[in-house]
Amino acid sequence: MNRSAHRPRRPLRTAGAGVAVLLALSGCSASGSGTPGTAGGALSGTVTVFAAASLEESFTTLGERFEKEHPGTEVTFSFGGSDTLAAGIGNGAPADVFAAASTRTMGLVADEGLTADSPSTFVRNRLEIATLPGNPHGIGSLKDLTAPGLKVVLCDRAVPCGSAARTALAAADVELTPVSYAQDVKSALTKVELKEADAAVVYRTDVRAAGDKVEGVEFPEAAEAVNDYPIARLESARNPAAAKAFIALVKSPEGRKVLTGAGFLAP
Amino acid sequence: MTGRHATPSDPGTPAPPPGGGRSGTRTVRAPRTARPRTPGRGVPLPLLVPALLGLAFLLVPLLALLLRAPWRSLPEQLASPEVWQALRLSLVCATAATALSLVVGVPLAWLLARTDFPGRGLVRALVTLPLVLPPVVGGVALLLALGRNGVVGQWLDAWFGITLPFTTAGVVLAETFVAMPFLVISVEGTLRAADPRYEEAATTLGASRFTAFRRVTLPLVAPGIAAGAVLAWARALGEFGATITFAGNFPGRTQTMPLAVYLALQSDPAAAIALSLVLLAVSVAVLAGLRDRWMRTA
Repeated sequence: MNRSAHRPRRPLRTAGAGVAVLLALSGCSASGSGTPGTAGGALSGTVTVFAAASLEESFTTLGERFEKEHPGTEVTFSFGGSDTLAAGIGNGAPADVFAAASTRTMGLVADEGLTADSPSTFVRNRLEIATLPGNPHGIGSLKDLTAPGLKVVLCDRAVPCGSAARTALAAADVELTPVSYAQDVKSALTKVELKEADAAVVYRTDVRAAGDKVEGVEFPEAAEAVNDYPIARLESARNPAAAKAFIALVKSPEGRKVLTGAGFLAP
Repeated sequence: MTGRHATPSDPGTPAPPPGGGRSGTRTVRAPRTARPRTPGRGVPLPLLVPALLGLAFLLVPLLALLLRAPWRSLPEQLASPEVWQALRLSLVCATAATALSLVVGVPLAWLLARTDFPGRGLVRALVTLPLVLPPVVGGVALLLALGRNGVVGQWLDAWFGITLPFTTAGVVLAETFVAMPFLVISVEGTLRAADPRYEEAATTLGASRFTAFRRVTLPLVAPGIAAGAVLAWARALGEFGATITFAGNFPGRTQTMPLAVYLALQSDPAAAIALSLVLLAVSVAVLAGLRDRWMRTA
């Protein structure tokens, strides 16, 4: 549902064998083939951006701006758990840009020599507790999440929000048994939005994006587990010029404004 | 159909009526053993090439799994208790889902095959909907229906204190939702092929319709039920989308093998391959064990 949310009203595009296998495993449907075209100096063609699920809202906005600034281009996104995306890139998925939610997941790609330039951190994100609207259980700290009967969802430790949550819980010296380990941050949040869970440890930006469907609770230990978000152009990029330009937009003051507006912290 | 099952014929019916012979016992068995091999000469190339391509397409990925398997570290990978926990949960849940499907699915198939009511075609189409529905959508639908805040779920919670998401029961329900249509379709097909005159004969001899169903129809379509149950079980075993969406992912409680494979693939591909091998072995074992019965009726 959330794992590979392509942008709405765009044709599903470009997924190589690797991603096809991953998506088939997860029960999603893969897509056709893309035709990148770089004509002369002006940018054109499709840029395929693999980005962490938490970047969905802000990157979608930035993608629209990019298309407006560079007519003839099209930005296609695949949002998902950073590790899934990294595994897809490792298996040859045709992406131009990778934006991960942790330096570790970017490292998986960079260590294999799949990045064209060295990854750089463009934003940071910290955790928050998402509770039901109005915080009916009066949750004020990580410790409160251990209350008996409270249904808490954490991210699986395989994805960045999960490892960050573990770090924060360790820093708070809290032992927590969740009802579920979600496969990415958006599905953790969804469980609270649907009121199936009482709380989830997610990113500040996700709480922001959910609007009034959840309420955010900050906690001090989040400072121990701030995630760096690195971005890099990929070696296999089929549209390197447009990829460069997109990364430049993300790092520009304009891009920074969109990202901080969504709740991200400046690096 | 096995000879064993086809002897429900109570005293008065020594042999199937001549016209109804096609649903009798011997005629089904005979062509199978006596079927001549396809004449070797002249398999047209336009058929042979795509056929071989299709075969390779199905087999190569499985072969790749075997080739790339971390055979050396395999014993170590498989020794982890989490693997067995996930496998056990998968087997238990798939079996429970199949049992549940049998209890409600067989009567549903009978209703569709043997009775006539307005809108039966529509009902039949709706029953098969989960076959084509993406399982994740099924999971979302289950959440909205049976979740703590769902249309039915809120009453379950308020009246009985039952919440299904994030529980093993939730896994069973998610798997049943996805797997039951396979059983219903299979059983309904068998029922339609079976001669209704046996049932009619039983009722004219004084049996109630339910007794006729239990003593005559059920044994008659047992092979179809078995085939459907195997299909449903296999589908339930591999269920991913509806399970992770509705029941979540917690080791030992809702983390079945496919979920374990998916999450392992993100952090530890070698473990994912090892887990996949286990699932492959289980699937092959089931197919081999039921080959005879299944191939014949499917």
